Formats: sequence, C-alpha cells, structure tokens
Amino acid sequence: MNDRLYKILLFAAALIMPIVCGGVVYALVTDAYEAFEHFGFFKFLTSSEWSYTEGAEQYGALPFITGTLMTTLLALIFCIPFSLPVALFVGEYFKGTKVAAVLSTVTDLLAGIPSIIYGLWGFYTLRPIIMALNISPQGSGVLTASLVLAIMIIPYAASLSAEFIKMVPNDLKEGAYSLGATRAEVIRKVVFPVAGSGIFSSYILAIGRALGETMTVTMLIGNTNNIPDSITSTGNSMASIIANQFGEADDLRLSSLIAIGLILFLITAAINMVGKMMIKRARIA
Amino acid sequence: MESVKPILEFKKTCVSYTKQTMAVKYVSAAIEQNTITAIMGPSGCGKSTLLRAVNLMHNLYQNIRVDGEILLNGENILSMEPIDVRRRIGMVFQRPAPFPTMSIYDNVLSGFALNGIKLSKAEKDATVERCLRSVALWDEVKDVLNKKGTFLSGGQQQRLCIARALAMKPDVLLMDEPTSALDPIATKHIEELLLELQKEVTILIVTHNMGQAKRISSKSMFMYLGELVEYGDTETMFTNPSDERTKAYLTGKMG
Amino acid sequence: MLWGVCLLAALTAVPLLAILGEVLLRGYDQLSWSFFTEPTPTAYKAMKAIEAGEPIPGGIANGIVGTMIMLGMAVVVAVPVGILCGAFLAENSKNRFAQIVSYLTDLLQGTPSVIVGIITYIWVVVPMKGYSAIAGSVALCIMMLPLIIRSTEETLKILPASLKEAGLALGGNKARVMMKVQLPAAFGGIFTGVLLAISRVIGETAPLMFTALGCSLIRFSIDKPISAVPLLIWEFFNDPNLQELIWGASLFLLLFVLTLNLTAKYLAKKWNQ
Repeated sequence: MNDRLYKILLFAAALIMPIVCGGVVYALVTDAYEAFEHFGFFKFLTSSEWSYTEGAEQYGALPFITGTLMTTLLALIFCIPFSLPVALFVGEYFKGTKVAAVLSTVTDLLAGIPSIIYGLWGFYTLRPIIMALNISPQGSGVLTASLVLAIMIIPYAASLSAEFIKMVPNDLKEGAYSLGATRAEVIRKVVFPVAGSGIFSSYILAIGRALGETMTVTMLIGNTNNIPDSITSTGNSMASIIANQFGEADDLRLSSLIAIGLILFLITAAINMVGKMMIKRARIA
Repeated sequence: MESVKPILEFKKTCVSYTKQTMAVKYVSAAIEQNTITAIMGPSGCGKSTLLRAVNLMHNLYQNIRVDGEILLNGENILSMEPIDVRRRIGMVFQRPAPFPTMSIYDNVLSGFALNGIKLSKAEKDATVERCLRSVALWDEVKDVLNKKGTFLSGGQQQRLCIARALAMKPDVLLMDEPTSALDPIATKHIEELLLELQKEVTILIVTHNMGQAKRISSKSMFMYLGELVEYGDTETMFTNPSDERTKAYLTGKMG
Repeated sequence: MLWGVCLLAALTAVPLLAILGEVLLRGYDQLSWSFFTEPTPTAYKAMKAIEAGEPIPGGIANGIVGTMIMLGMAVVVAVPVGILCGAFLAENSKNRFAQIVSYLTDLLQGTPSVIVGIITYIWVVVPMKGYSAIAGSVALCIMMLPLIIRSTEETLKILPASLKEAGLALGGNKARVMMKVQLPAAFGGIFTGVLLAISRVIGETAPLMFTALGCSLIRFSIDKPISAVPLLIWEFFNDPNLQELIWGASLFLLLFVLTLNLTAKYLAKKWNQ
C-alpha cells in the first residue's frame, strides 16, 4: 500500500465521525420538527402538560427538564462528600500506595456496573429503606433516583479529580511544609487552589454523565408526568420519559419525545464541551 | 585537490524550523567513500539536525524546511523520493530501538518487511547471519534468534540496530550519538565495530564525545550555532585547529 | 482530617459490596445448566410454576445468544474503523480536520445512550420497517466507536517517536511502519481499550429497547427482533411473574462485566511494564 492510499484510508475512517455526528443532529432535528412546529419551540419548552388523549394531545417538556435538573443537581450534591475524599485519598494522602490502587479498582468497578443493575439495587434495597424511614410513602421519587445517581457518578468525579490532585507540584507543597504548615493546611491552601479548576471541571463532566443516565432513573423516579414539587415526590427525567414511552408512541407523541431527546442531546453536548475545554485549560496550566 | 569523487556532498545545506531562525546554515562539505566522519559541537549546534537532513527525516514534519543540496553519488537527495533515499542511507539512533514486537531474527530483516521485499528462507537465514556476524553479535545470539530483541543488553540492542541497518546494504550509515546511552565497555565494542565496518560502508557519526571522534574518525566536522566551522582531517583538527572556536571547544572552554 | 478522608473514601466501597452481595445472594441459586441453555418462559408458564410452588422453568439463553450476535457484529465494524480513525488522529494531531474529528469523538462519547437508541431507531428501524439484531448492533457499534478511537489514539501517541522514525529510516512507507511496527507495539493498549468498550456496552439497555426490542425465542437471524441479557432483566423487572429470574440474569451480567473490567485492568498493567 502506498502512502497516498494509506492517507486516503485513514481519512475515510476519520470521516465516519462527522458523518455520524452530522447524522445524529440531522435525524433529531428533522424528526423533532413536527413537535416544535405544532406547539412552538418556546411553548414546548415551557409547557407542563403531557396528555395523549386523542384529539386533545398536549405535550410540553418542562416537567422532564425540571426532573432532569433536579436529579442531576441532587446527585452532584450527594456525590461531592464522597468523591472528594476518594480523590484526596488516591491523589494525595496515599498517592502511589497499594491501598490507593485498591480504592481506585473499587471505583473503577463501580463505574463498570451496568445502570440497569444500579436500578435494581435502588429498587429492591434502597427504596424499602426510604419507605421505612418515612421519607416518602411510595419509596420511589427524585430523591431515591438521585441517591443512586450520586453513587454512579462518584467514580468519574473521583478519578479525574485525583489526576489533577496528583499533578500539584511537590515543590509547592514542600514550600508550604517548610513554613510549618500542617497537611490539612497544605491541602486547603496549596492543593485545592492549584488543582481547583481541574477538580471543578471533573464535576462538570460528572454532571454530563448524570444528565443522560436512563435506566436507573427510569426504575426509581416514579414515572409521573408532573413537575416534582419537592425532592421526595415522583416525576420523570428527559431520559426516563423517552425510555418509558418511546416504544408505544407514534406521530406527534413520538416527535415530542424525539424533541426532548434533541434538547437532552444539546444540554449534554454543551456541558461536556465546557467540561472538556476547562480540563484542557487546567492541564496546560 | 584530490580527484576522489565524494559519495556524499553537502552544498549550502540549510535547515530551518521557523521562518526566522536557521538550525543549520549553509553547510558545504564533501564526504569520501569508506571513511568515518565525526560531527562534533556543543549541544544545540545543529549536528543532529544536519544528520537527519541526509535521510530526509525532516520530511516527516511539515514546518521544517531543508534548502540547498545534498548529493548522494552526484544525485540531489532533496529531490528524490524519501523512501528510496532511506533505503540507501541507513540510520542508527541515540537510544537503541529494536522493534519490541519482533524477534531478533525479524528485527534484522525488518527493513525488507517494511519495504515489502519478499525473501526466500535461505536468503533470510544468510542475511541474518551475515549481518549479525558483521556486528559481532552472531555468536552471542545465534541460539536465541526467536527471542524478542528487547531482551538483549543495551550494547547488544544497539548492535542489533546496526545489523538491521546493514541488512539493506546502505551506501551511507548515519549514526546519531549511538553510544551515548551505553556503558564504557559496550561503547568500546561499538567503536571497534565501526572501524571494521568502514570497509563496507561510509559512516557519518554525530558524537559529543571528543575521545570517540579522535579514536575512530578520519575526518571531523566541528559545528557551532548551525555553522560548519571547520572540516578536515581529525588528526589535524585535534592537534592544530585553525579556528579559535574549535580550539575553545576542544580544550573544554566551550560546553 | 485524615480520618475523615479515610472514612468517607472507605464508604464508597459499601455500594459496590452491597450490590455484589445482593446480586450474589439472591442470584446464585438460580444459576444452573438449564438457565444458560433454555430460553425465557412465557409469563403464563411462569405463573403456573409459581402457583404449583415450583421454580420457574427456563433461562436466559435467548438473551445470551442475542447479546453475543449483536456484540459480535458491532465489534467487527467498530474495531477496524475505530483503529483506523484513532491512527488518523495520532498521525495528524495538528491538522484542523483532525481536531474537529477529535472534538466530535468527545461529543459522541458523551451522548446519552438513550439518544443513540433514538438515532438508531430513526436510521435503521424505520427504513427496515421493523426491530432487528442489525439495529441493535448499530447502536452498540456507535457507542463503542469513540472508546476504541480514543484508546488507539492515546496508545499510539505514547509510543516512543524513535520507533516510528526507526521504521521510516529503514525505508518503510508510513502504511507499513504503522502495520508492522506501530500497531503491533500498541496492541496491548488497543486490546485493553476494546475489552473496556465491550464491557461498557454489554450492559446497555435503553438503546436496545428501541432497536433490538427483545424476543422470547433463541434466534440467529439478524433481521428480526432479538433479545439481550440486559433487555431480559428489564423484562423480568416489569413482569411480576418472571421476577424470580431477575437475579440470576443480573448475576451473570454483573460477573461478566466485572471480569472483563478486571481483565482489562490487569492486562493494561502487565503490558505497561
């Protein structure tokens, strides 16, 4: 094979990316068009009606956008107190030791568990606990889904944060120690400020994961098409409404579900892009 | 002037990484056949850059420009196909780099594999033995030819890399500080080997080790800040350098 | 502070142990030879067995066969294309088009799997007028591609430059140096990447719901609906009569995925030395 042919072959393989991604956007936009045209783009985003009574069909994405944002935000809040210690454990306190390797294997395995199994565990183990604690009568809801989501995103946030904590130069830390700082002070005054933007960006990427998580949320959020009025009430996320109704939907409802898919795609793409950009910047600095 | 036709000739050769600065400036020199020519100079003087221009390694990077002429048997390399040039001009690098996934046997023959040249089993065996013998590695490895080249010691690996280059029967062998990663004993072996090899091939060697240049080369170049300051018999250069900068370098006043 | 960090970090191991423990305890006694060789029973059959106080007959063979068929087809396409595309990115990292491709790879990797399901439904299920194993494998393939591209690119980029230069200095052209020197040297990293990509997509449920659909028969045809292990778990979860089968299926899936993960990690470590 000569160099010309080789170049063409590699180029052709690389072309698959623009084709697939272009195809994704094109397919989503053309199939969502009907819903946007019927209800109006902003009306679709802000309406909280979701009724498929024939003749009076009314679809709006607001309950699901709210549901997604609530579960994601709560999951983030629950995830930080665990992922940050894991990152410090692996990246600072026990950097390079056997225990750190064990802990990162544990988080790697957590990341590997399929989301449907997380859903099962949430449904059969966590939900009864929530009911027993009298937090909510039916057990499922935004809170339950968020708790399991939080566990699912810990590995992503922790391993990336640990990478940035590891990169904090030793001479900076040694400088602080030589001035009499304690380890806790070094972490607060040196490690966090230096690794801060990297840690922050790892949480942005964790958000990107949580936004699109489907099966776990579908199995735990309760599947009601209303805006959740508290964290213990039931609802639906953008991903879970699609998972629940896509198979049985046609015409306008199908188009509305695809429209929700398009919105979800755009939000995750934007979040991931911001996260990646910040990571690149943090790596260079 | 002697009338020996040079095998390799630099004619106002320039190499530049950016538009403003030149790493090698207007180097002109003629290299005679079956000699060892040492290229010396402080680090950053352009000696490796000049060497890499000879087998068109710079073609791999878009922003590097090579100007002037480099003639191989009177033909300008710079206007030839890189692949043809590289088949005729072998190169040995600073760090021994046998291909990690190939056996010793396949490493010696890798030049043929990479050029898509098919050999019969007998030709292969003969080539492997000839090349390993000429780098004095045959007796050490003849029973482990199927082992990976990376199991060998550093000095053996470097000799394997020389054998790999010799297998293609090159006209010229370029060596970029081939012993700088090796211990003194392995270095000595390689030096003895090169003195033998100059009967077969013309050698151009970049070295930062003045003792090495003195021990093995018949001609020497001294480069400084991209310029070829002095080029001549090694003997003369070490005993009676004509340029102050060469003198300063050789007496250790310049690093 | 040290103790606080240790305590909270140790707590993250709790969910892993809890999930493993629950799936193991509830699932181990369902695993038997017939569980792997027989297809899923109908809800009626299962109901009869429950009424008679017998264990539910049948297993998840239809799911295992479906998963293997779809995975196989996805791997056959995604691995070569992914490696070539990864090689393109590693060889042309400064080129503008490569930067766009690299960005799109990130975009696709971050796309929620449920959206990959929608896309495949629009691209494959609608034109073929029906759910099929082909559609399912297209969805899995799209999800594997970015993972394979990235691992290939990264492994090729960390190879010492001297390797490629040595190959080129012998007169090899770029294609041969890639085939005979760079790719063999990168094999370990690429193989690990493929294993991880498989373990990533093998448990995916949402994209298969709209593409492969599911089927209670053991099927080998690729243009008809087909089952998969995660799809079966979803089915069992929704059907009260079949709930007993849920844990055996989950145990199988979980062990499969975690073994793939640990193998990949072990190989990566071994090949890095």
